[in-house]
Amino acid sequence: MSPEVYRLVAIDLPAMLGGLMAAVTCALLGNFLVLRRQALMGDAISHSVLPGLVVAFLVAQTREPLVMLLGAAGSGMIAVLLIEMVRRVGRVDPGASMGVVFSVLFALGVLLLEKAAVRHVDLDADCVLYGQPEYMTWLPPAQWDAFFSASTLRLVPRQLWILAGALVLCSGFVVLLFKELRIASFDPQLATAQGISARLMHYLLMVVVALATVAAFEAVGSILVIAMMIGPAVSARLLTDRLVSQVLVSVLLAGVGAIGGYWLAALGPQVLGFSHSVSSAGMIAVVCTLMVGVLVLLAPRHGVLSHRLRQRRLARRVLVEDLLTTLLRAQQAGDAQVAPDRLASVLGGARRSERAIELAMRDGLVQQDTTGVRLTERGEEVASRVLETHRALQRYLVEEVGVRESHAHETAERLEHVVDEDVLRRSGGE
Amino acid sequence: MHAPPSLARTVDEIPTWQEVVETLLLRGGYNTTWVMIGTTLLGIAAGIIGVFALLRKRALVADALSHATLPGIALAFIVGTMLGVQSKSLPVLLLGAALSGVLGVVAIQALHRHPRVREDSAIAIVLSGFFGAGIVLLSVVQSMRSGSQGGLARFIYGQTAAMRHEDAIVMSVIAGLALVASLGLLKEFALVAFNEGFARVTGWPVTLIDIVMMGLIVLGVVAGLQAVGLILVVAMLIIPAASARFWTDRLRLLVLISAVIGGLCGYAGSATSALLPRKPAGSVIVLCGGALFFLSMLVAPRRGVLASIMRRIALRFRIARDHLLEQLHDLEQRDGRGTVIACRALADAMRERGWMGLQTRVFLGLLRLRGLIERRNGGVGLSERGRAIGARVARNHALWERYLIEYADIAPSHVDWTVDRVEHVLRDDVVRELERAIARTEAAR
Amino acid sequence: MSDVRGASLLSAHPEHSAESPLSIHAMTVAYRRRPVLWDVDYDAPAGALVAIVGPNGAGKSTLIKACLGLVAMASGRVAFWGRPLREVRGRIGYVPQRESVDWEFPVSALDVVCMGRYRKIGWFRPVSRAHKEVARACLARVGMEEYASRQISQLSGGQQQRVFLARALAQEADLYFMDEPFAGVDAATERAIIEVLRELRSAGRTVICVHHDLATAREYFDHVMLLNMRVVAAGPVEEVLTAENLRKTYGGRLTLLSEVSEAVARGEGG
Repeated sequence: MSPEVYRLVAIDLPAMLGGLMAAVTCALLGNFLVLRRQALMGDAISHSVLPGLVVAFLVAQTREPLVMLLGAAGSGMIAVLLIEMVRRVGRVDPGASMGVVFSVLFALGVLLLEKAAVRHVDLDADCVLYGQPEYMTWLPPAQWDAFFSASTLRLVPRQLWILAGALVLCSGFVVLLFKELRIASFDPQLATAQGISARLMHYLLMVVVALATVAAFEAVGSILVIAMMIGPAVSARLLTDRLVSQVLVSVLLAGVGAIGGYWLAALGPQVLGFSHSVSSAGMIAVVCTLMVGVLVLLAPRHGVLSHRLRQRRLARRVLVEDLLTTLLRAQQAGDAQVAPDRLASVLGGARRSERAIELAMRDGLVQQDTTGVRLTERGEEVASRVLETHRALQRYLVEEVGVRESHAHETAERLEHVVDEDVLRRSGGE
Repeated sequence: MHAPPSLARTVDEIPTWQEVVETLLLRGGYNTTWVMIGTTLLGIAAGIIGVFALLRKRALVADALSHATLPGIALAFIVGTMLGVQSKSLPVLLLGAALSGVLGVVAIQALHRHPRVREDSAIAIVLSGFFGAGIVLLSVVQSMRSGSQGGLARFIYGQTAAMRHEDAIVMSVIAGLALVASLGLLKEFALVAFNEGFARVTGWPVTLIDIVMMGLIVLGVVAGLQAVGLILVVAMLIIPAASARFWTDRLRLLVLISAVIGGLCGYAGSATSALLPRKPAGSVIVLCGGALFFLSMLVAPRRGVLASIMRRIALRFRIARDHLLEQLHDLEQRDGRGTVIACRALADAMRERGWMGLQTRVFLGLLRLRGLIERRNGGVGLSERGRAIGARVARNHALWERYLIEYADIAPSHVDWTVDRVEHVLRDDVVRELERAIARTEAAR
Repeated sequence: MSDVRGASLLSAHPEHSAESPLSIHAMTVAYRRRPVLWDVDYDAPAGALVAIVGPNGAGKSTLIKACLGLVAMASGRVAFWGRPLREVRGRIGYVPQRESVDWEFPVSALDVVCMGRYRKIGWFRPVSRAHKEVARACLARVGMEEYASRQISQLSGGQQQRVFLARALAQEADLYFMDEPFAGVDAATERAIIEVLRELRSAGRTVICVHHDLATAREYFDHVMLLNMRVVAAGPVEEVLTAENLRKTYGGRLTLLSEVSEAVARGEGG
């Protein structure tokens, strides 16, 4: 095994694997937090685990991960219950009640940490806050023949096992209770009426979120856990319309975020010529966040850009069709050609009419010469179809909807561009 | 990465009484005095701004904002070092913090505009994403050769013990600025927070007022960064205001109480930190606030938990009293005025209403203590006052029942006939109409 | 004292102009891509009480909000006395839906009414005694003077509605928009609102109300606009509330239709 490969296996592989498992675990749960508008509950929980960690540590005097996990999950649950209590009993705004509870618990944690420091025991606050996946190292034998043995597995860092456990637990939770989670998130009252207590589902989800947060904090730290929960889930929501595909896509994106983030942090700086790598946990969070930003702009159906494009395309179509029908009406009145300035007055300005003519000519719908604009054969065909739609709509509006005759024309003119054939047939076109 | 702030300090010695008194009276030395004044002022300003942050439901936006200051601090440090400016200069770092905090808020607004990104998701994403960027930059700072990382970690946890008086003066100035501005705009903030639509219609520039409010929140956060740290600074905004809300329904009083609570927490936190330099001031401030909050929630006279429990018990009692008296009244109607009703018969009648035997006995005793029921031979009977109440309850009940039948289509759904008196809710002519209807039914019988 | 002041609020007639206080032209409003209002044209008569009536989801509130610039129009134009909104804001009063605010907000009834004076008070300055007196007089006009210092969450639904009405009165406007002022109020409030509406009318003000109840629309209002995504009919009550118009407005909704025909029958019988 060459030194480079060994480095990869011993340092990069476990860290990357840890980040990946943490991200997938979190993203699975994040979907439901996002749908239930409880994204900030994840935030509150992740801040609140600190005192539980420290207390568990002070009581048990060990960094045994299971003990820490228990303590942290405990204080996470206390936070959830306290938030609920302050909100209900104290009638405090939900945001504020989260803010009060998690900051008080976090403050308690910091104060307790100081107590732990007095006893000269080593508990690193920074590690809790922003995690160090780089510390998860695996030191297997450097020879390939010794590599494949049971003892090698035993050297796998314990955090990885815990993350794997969390991943199994969360996937099991989501897969087994998918139906229940979906209905409780969509319509809690219906769920309760059908015997799926929405409140029970809420607390179950919160317990699992607390566990996932704690399992993941060694990899990415408690604050960055939020990025992994919310980032991939929101991104997936921008890409899909169904919950199942949303969950799957979010898992995929979480993987991309974790591996991409790690790679950027570990290797990116070297590409730029720096010798030091930067914090990979931070970078994973950044990637998960940027993902959302990029998709808000560029998502194929729900992105800002595609929305703009669709609007522009529709506006263009409306413009061209208006030009065509104007020309057709003129033709039926005996003018085969219409002068550009007359078109300008009908279409609302010379610039609009020029643009319309340009677009229609590109599609071979009109011809222009020195005297004016005329329809081509194809243009005539399109124009008469549009006009037919218009008449059918007008009839529908007057007879069925009860629109005043004088108004129906204007309204039909707007509808004709967007109505499809199917609707037209049903609206009494024949 | 960094050692936690606490490890760097020396072991505390318990301060003498004299030290305690001197510190509390602001005679604990030049630096300490300034830090205490600054922190108290910060508490007051944050308390006032917090009221509006809370009423405008911006509490967690403020949280995201404070987390989003980290990359700005780190970047300001890096740029400052590269340019050779005194990189520990506080104003430079705080300027960076403010800029990236504002950028974070803008990012939240931009994400939130998309219909598929809810506000809570936007806040969570920005909070952790910016914080992540900050940590990446901190790791860059650490790898830079020139100088130490400049104690940037103090901005995460906050540290008053290491503050110099210049730092405290910067903090005081920012806090004072925010204080004056927020007091001047009390009326405008209240209007926008209460009824945005109305404010718009009457021609107030709602967006501008919102931006100013956000600006003040930024000032509050930035001022609090080095004393309380960016994770906990939001607590200085939220906790005093949320605690004060339990005590009053008046805006001016709310602002005042919130300011007092904020100031107290700031004072207590910095004093503790001056006396026990190992205790992180930020945490002490927040825990003081937390204690006041939960105390307020428990004992506040009207909105407090205890008060509301008392009210609920009183209501339960009144409803039970009404039911029992109504039952007695019914029995009297049947058997003639002044009849003696056997306790057992009454308990049986009440059982039909879902009461347990013991319950009936307990309430009978309570009502007798109040003089609504008299003990008679072999049972109980209504006193004059009890009869009056029973008759009123029975009439009210009958009228409501009639109303719900006659006007089923338009009956208001929020009426609780056990509490609302018919006359208070319905028009007089409707009540008379109902009375006539009941009389007709009874005549027909 | 306060009564005199209250009366003086109404004594000055709004400046007369040939233009309608509210004219809407070709207003279209869409949420996302679904139109809520389509091509609405309307001219409100001056000095009248106008009801906007229509089924749920007909866009009644949206119409008001679009007029006031609270909702963006996809197309169309709104003019007040022939001028754009920003020139005449001071002459327009607004009573939003009661659900639109947080009634736990820490203000008293009087504070809320004072908000109607904020525009006249201006930036930075606190509310002066004179403005408070005006606000108190407005509260008295809706029969709420005893509740001036009550926190708003301690008021009943009807009382809250009257506070909103008083706030609109404090604006001393010439044109009022009210969004469902009669929704879920008690008898006393209904009477108080009617009283105020009639006072406003006799002082030459125009009031435009979103109203959900056909039966009382006939009784309380002079003009009616029947709205269902577009104006089905508008004009004096007797002309507009015909069975035919109502059928068009309410379409095939059977339950509503029976209610409507009943209302019409009651109205024509009496």
